Amino acid sequence: MCLNSKFSFLLFQVFNVAGVPIEWEEHYVGTEVDPRTESFLTWESLESVRRNKVGLKGPMATPIGKGHRSLNLTLRKELGLYANVRPCNSLPGYKTRYDDVNLVTIRENTEGEYSGLEHQVVRGVVESLKIITRQASLRVAEYAFHYAKTNGRERVSAIHKANIMRKTDGLFLKCCREVAEKYPEIAYEEVIIDNCCMALVKNPSLFDVLVMPNLYGDIISDLCAGLIGGLGLTPSCNIGEGGICLAEAVHGSAPDIAGKNLANPTALLLSAVMMLHHLQFNNQADRIHNAILQTISEGKFRTADLGGNASTSDFTKAVCDHI
Amino acid sequence: MKKSPSSFHPPTTGPPPPSRPLSHPSLSLSLSSSSPPIAAASLRRPGSGGSMALRRLLQGSVLPRMTGRAAAAPFSTASGETVRATLFPGDGIGPEIAESVKQVFNVAGVPIEWEEHYVGTEVDPRTESFLTWESLESVRRNKVGLKGPMATPIGKGHRSLNLTLRKELGLYANVRPCNSLPGYKTRYDDVNLVTIRENTEGEYSGLEHQVVRGVVESLKIITRQASLRVAEYAFHYAKTNGRERVSAIHKANIMRKTDGLFLKCCREVAEKYPEIQYEEVIIDNCCMTLVKNPGLFDVLVMPNLYGDIISDLCAGLIGGLGLTPSCNIGEGGICLAEAVHGSAPDIAGKNLANPTALLLSAVMMLRHLQFNNQADRIHNAILETISEGKFRTSDLGGNASTSDFTKAVCDHI
Repeated sequence: MCLNSKFSFLLFQVFNVAGVPIEWEEHYVGTEVDPRTESFLTWESLESVRRNKVGLKGPMATPIGKGHRSLNLTLRKELGLYANVRPCNSLPGYKTRYDDVNLVTIRENTEGEYSGLEHQVVRGVVESLKIITRQASLRVAEYAFHYAKTNGRERVSAIHKANIMRKTDGLFLKCCREVAEKYPEIAYEEVIIDNCCMALVKNPSLFDVLVMPNLYGDIISDLCAGLIGGLGLTPSCNIGEGGICLAEAVHGSAPDIAGKNLANPTALLLSAVMMLHHLQFNNQADRIHNAILQTISEGKFRTADLGGNASTSDFTKAVCDHI
Repeated sequence: MKKSPSSFHPPTTGPPPPSRPLSHPSLSLSLSSSSPPIAAASLRRPGSGGSMALRRLLQGSVLPRMTGRAAAAPFSTASGETVRATLFPGDGIGPEIAESVKQVFNVAGVPIEWEEHYVGTEVDPRTESFLTWESLESVRRNKVGLKGPMATPIGKGHRSLNLTLRKELGLYANVRPCNSLPGYKTRYDDVNLVTIRENTEGEYSGLEHQVVRGVVESLKIITRQASLRVAEYAFHYAKTNGRERVSAIHKANIMRKTDGLFLKCCREVAEKYPEIQYEEVIIDNCCMTLVKNPGLFDVLVMPNLYGDIISDLCAGLIGGLGLTPSCNIGEGGICLAEAVHGSAPDIAGKNLANPTALLLSAVMMLRHLQFNNQADRIHNAILETISEGKFRTSDLGGNASTSDFTKAVCDHI
């Protein structure tokens, strides 16, 4: 199932060439608020993901206004998306200041600092609640270790500030430790968030899999995206209750270049590869992934955001040729 | 005896008398008002949090004067008159690098007389910490100090040293200039920014509790008073140091009321400084931009947690905590410069430590005291020494000793 992607035809191209046995159900964001979901996403769209258990989402611009929930929030709540997974790997051939980034950030996506519970105590004094629960922390830690095991990663690092926020981040760490004991073959460590950021900018290869509560995850996952070249190159995947996997491109909808065949489809293509790995179509996933890496590495077809002048379709054709 | 326009802490050698309760019905503050300080109520009995909160609120109303040129007024820059400053050499490598600072200051002819204080071996009941009342009084009296790395002893029944300093001295802003050091190559060569972090509230208020088993809450507190205070300092700093832009870092799209209040306060202060540009950047975009293009940033002002993260990130951009100066600004114009690295007990006493962070922090202290001539000379000497690369301590990949490096800096002055 593919949501709102103007790139859908590109994907079909690539997937066709690679022989991926997927049948797409396309859904678009509606123009009216659906009262059943309180959002522009219809109930049918959400049911489709629930039924298929897997999907791919392009960038969505939440319409401004009231009376409806943001699109991302709707998806997250309705589908119970609890973990956001972003593998960040330096792309050979696309030079940034870092060439050895090879890590995965796994961010708890339902609670923490983003619970939205704020209130004014008295005039000039405002409070915001950060909530950490055992259930959500265990759930994301389980996923992190499971991911590490299935993907052959060696180490999981829990990022926290438990020296200051003893009870909340302390509970998160406790849950991570419990899960770590069930996976003795995977190394486990705990890193304070400020040390983590400093180490990431000095030596990112020190990290493997990072698991974090919501706010730190937001910050670190964007920091890591910056290390490899930005959101236009970063795949992402949201894991939901019941084994739902919704891969998504996390960059914006770039309305200024929409429809001009200029956009860089890399993020969406790499996210689609993640989706294929989740479905265990590993053969096709690897072939498409390598094709993308080769195309970028050769540097002949590069879209404008990477400093080249290839069009979206040129780039896509190059990828197809490499498969 | 230094006289300051408003004296919050009359010299005293003993613990403060109990504070007088105030009957102000309204605690709303306007920073432009100038209510006279109430001396008795400004002293607090350790442990009485409520009256301390009131004291802070009152002090806040007179604060801007103290952080402006008025703060420098007590310090005479006339030649021949020395300024007293408190020095906490600290633990581990602290004493060695403090020695470096003293040497360099001597050579540069800085008229500072140091009052050295050490962390005690017993908990002082008046401060509930290993720092004695006298040490804290010394800083309050001198209004300026330099602190080396301190290792908080493990155990209970006492507050952490940094927390003690922060609360007792009302240190509300942590300022870290991060500049790429010419000659010491990192992945970035154009870092030239200053992070200003609100240091009293936000996510670090320490207010956590268990709701039910398995569910824990932590409170993040943002107040208008603290946000205005740090924003005022940020713009004042930008103006006095010739910086062009102040960026407020936030996540107000999600945390609308808390970070929203912080931004509102920043905007109010920005209007008073029309010559300084103001912008607002979301924290995750900020981090991404910092690792891609840190040259875009100038002065950043942030609430506590984001400040913690971003200031360490920026230290990483220029080479680590061993090279990063830092300065804490406190109520009443107190400036406590500090080296933010650890005490490195493994190399303590071996003449191997890198004194750069403490030296650069001492330079910040000099600038605060308006000893700009000496500050510039010492700063340039440090930069030249590192740039030439002949004398580099082991953490920078060289094999010079602390004393060699210090001597090289002195030679360059």
